[in-house]
Amino acid sequence: MDTAFSSEDLKFQSDVREFISNNYPKELKDSIGTKRKTGKELSRDDLMSWHKILGKHNGWSAPGWPKQYGGAEFSPTQKYIFEQECARAECQYIMPFGVNMVGPVIYTFGNDEQKAKHLPGILSGDVFWCQGYSEPGSGSDLASLKTSAVKEGDHYVVNGQKTWTTLAQHADWIFCLVRTNPDAEKPQQGISFLLIDMKTPGITVRPIKLMDGSHEVNETWFDNVKVPVENLIGQENMGWTYAKFLLAHERSGIAGVARSKKALERIKQIASAEMSYGEPLIQDPAFKSKIANAELELSSLEYTELRTLAKDSAGKGPGPESSLLKIKGTDIQQMVTELAMEAVGYYANPHLGTTLSNEYVGPDYATNLSGSYFNFRKASIYGGSNEIQRNIIAKMVLGL
Amino acid sequence: MNFDYTEEQTLLENMVTSFVRDDYDWDTRCSIVKTEEGWKEENWKKFAELGLLGVPFDEDQGGLGGEATDIMIVMEQFGKGLVVEPYMPSIILAGGLISKLGSADQKNSIIPEIISGDRRYVFAYAEPQSRFDLFDVKCSATLDGDNYIINGFKSVVFGAGMATHLIISARTDGDQRSKSGITLFLVDIKSDGITLQNYPTIDEYRASEVVIENLTVSKENILGELGNSYEAIEEQVDLSTIAICSEAVGILQVLKDSTNDYCKNRKQFGQSISANQAIQHRLVDMMIEYEQAKSILYMAITADLSNSDERRKAASAAKARIGKAIKFVGENAIQLHGGMGVVDEYMISHFFKRATMIGILFGNVDFHMKRYTDLTQSNIQSINEDDGINLS
Repeated sequence: MDTAFSSEDLKFQSDVREFISNNYPKELKDSIGTKRKTGKELSRDDLMSWHKILGKHNGWSAPGWPKQYGGAEFSPTQKYIFEQECARAECQYIMPFGVNMVGPVIYTFGNDEQKAKHLPGILSGDVFWCQGYSEPGSGSDLASLKTSAVKEGDHYVVNGQKTWTTLAQHADWIFCLVRTNPDAEKPQQGISFLLIDMKTPGITVRPIKLMDGSHEVNETWFDNVKVPVENLIGQENMGWTYAKFLLAHERSGIAGVARSKKALERIKQIASAEMSYGEPLIQDPAFKSKIANAELELSSLEYTELRTLAKDSAGKGPGPESSLLKIKGTDIQQMVTELAMEAVGYYANPHLGTTLSNEYVGPDYATNLSGSYFNFRKASIYGGSNEIQRNIIAKMVLGL
Repeated sequence: MNFDYTEEQTLLENMVTSFVRDDYDWDTRCSIVKTEEGWKEENWKKFAELGLLGVPFDEDQGGLGGEATDIMIVMEQFGKGLVVEPYMPSIILAGGLISKLGSADQKNSIIPEIISGDRRYVFAYAEPQSRFDLFDVKCSATLDGDNYIINGFKSVVFGAGMATHLIISARTDGDQRSKSGITLFLVDIKSDGITLQNYPTIDEYRASEVVIENLTVSKENILGELGNSYEAIEEQVDLSTIAICSEAVGILQVLKDSTNDYCKNRKQFGQSISANQAIQHRLVDMMIEYEQAKSILYMAITADLSNSDERRKAASAAKARIGKAIKFVGENAIQLHGGMGVVDEYMISHFFKRATMIGILFGNVDFHMKRYTDLTQSNIQSINEDDGINLS
């Protein structure tokens, strides 16, 4: 047993650190920092420019992709280091929809034309993807989805409604699960995986406001949308297999250990500035003990993630254990956003820390901390709710 | 022993319930919080007509002479409607300070105006460094002839943008964290020297930062004794704490009941999600938390609130315990609503946000757990010694 980085890993770590410090644009950091703090929506450029920079550097925008498709093909340890260094420098995270979700589906199940058409745009960050999975009646029970695709000549005609389509307002393409056989014996057997150009006539995107006031998700409506049959991934009615493959990929990055570590550091700084009982809050035994508790949880999760990675690098695949990373990772993210809100006492109240006439209110660091707490309630719901993750572990790991 | 309301209390409850039902349905409430002012002055007039503004005041001042139970009845129903008009800040907290400390002249001239709805006072106490310590006051008042000159900064003053007057706590003597030397001043909110920065809160109520620069207040407008107001402040904040606990219990009921209904109606995998035992147990735990919250509230309102130690214990016990219930019931209400829980459009997130902000007001769980512990657990060692119990 040895958890120390090898000399190659350490060299890789210093390369990554140096690359970030030389290439992460300061203007981008400032722009995103200000917008996040004041609850302003990030622009497509804010979300994608770091991706584009990484895309020009040895496939670093796609750390897990094989080299033959232009990816970095990092080892699991390198992926871990890369993620840690990006979080440490507070880099904008890479949108997962292209790189982590549809990309691996395309290079695993797509044909050569699809690979040639779509992979370069995902890698470079020029094409923005979104995910068309959930529907109003199909959340946890995704396989009950109703959006239909009926083949007419060389097209599918798509009708229905997707929901929770994250950042669809920026998207060029959407990957969708659609029902191609309504008469299949099991609902899973009649589903296909379609790639749809968002500019196709008949697609309407409507914003959904979240409880902190942010606009991250949307409803996406399809009204007689014509999709060329060459946009079908793999075989018709086999979409559920590809969807499950994709969901396992989605879950593997979800623990967010490095980001939570960074957030805890920030809370300690805030708690050093805030006063409680006439002393800095960080001296308050009750608060200190909550920080320590969060650190313990995080430290355990970090080693759980490392153990999963080690297994992954031995070729055993992430498996259903990744559900554990999702559950604990989101637990901790929520714990941390709550602690941050708690640290600032009454200054959790002002909405976005500004008056109606845009004057700032309260300490700079307090802005939108309650917004974050409320926003992050989503984490235990999205990507398969934590209840569903427990079902997966119960069934697949414990054999119950 | 009974936990029943008197006939008058039942009438009061019915009145507030029908106000919330008829004049404060969800769409109306949403349109009110979106206005520039963030409240509806007409509702305040309605409160006056219904006699609600007089609930806690003495009958000889024109009030109803209500007690903790009556205040609970009003606040619980207001909680169920997420009523944003500043009833607690103005009637319970500021009104309570004036009733407690006012001279006969002050009471006679002010309280009838409050009850009629013509004046609204709110109490500016918190400061950036004070957190939940009511005695941590930097804001200073210095004597200048027959006047005091006040300078300082007050944080997150709820309802100030809707008020006609302020009560300001300022230091006339002592160190920043001394319990003595704190004096209260009554001032017109339009006075020179007061600048308000009004803002909406995350839960769609309104609060203000109050900047006080060379504000001149005559000695006559001191409320209570010079330098000796801390105990009264603590008392009125305790009673207001119990009032917002009542509001929280009303909100928790909505969170619990709506989640129950949602889980029964929402179908996945061909059945209601409430058919899953994991969901059933969660709903049961939410119900238990709600009942425990309601019980500790009943403990608090039936305690001997005229005894200062009993009152301190009751307020902190209720706030600490209800704070825990808010987190459990609130977070699980959102979780079990799934995506519908995190959107702005559906009412459940608004109840969760308000409950969470009540959790902070007048001290969070940690603050009240510490206060309750300090009040109740300091004699353990001496009890053992007195009884001669040998634990070894």
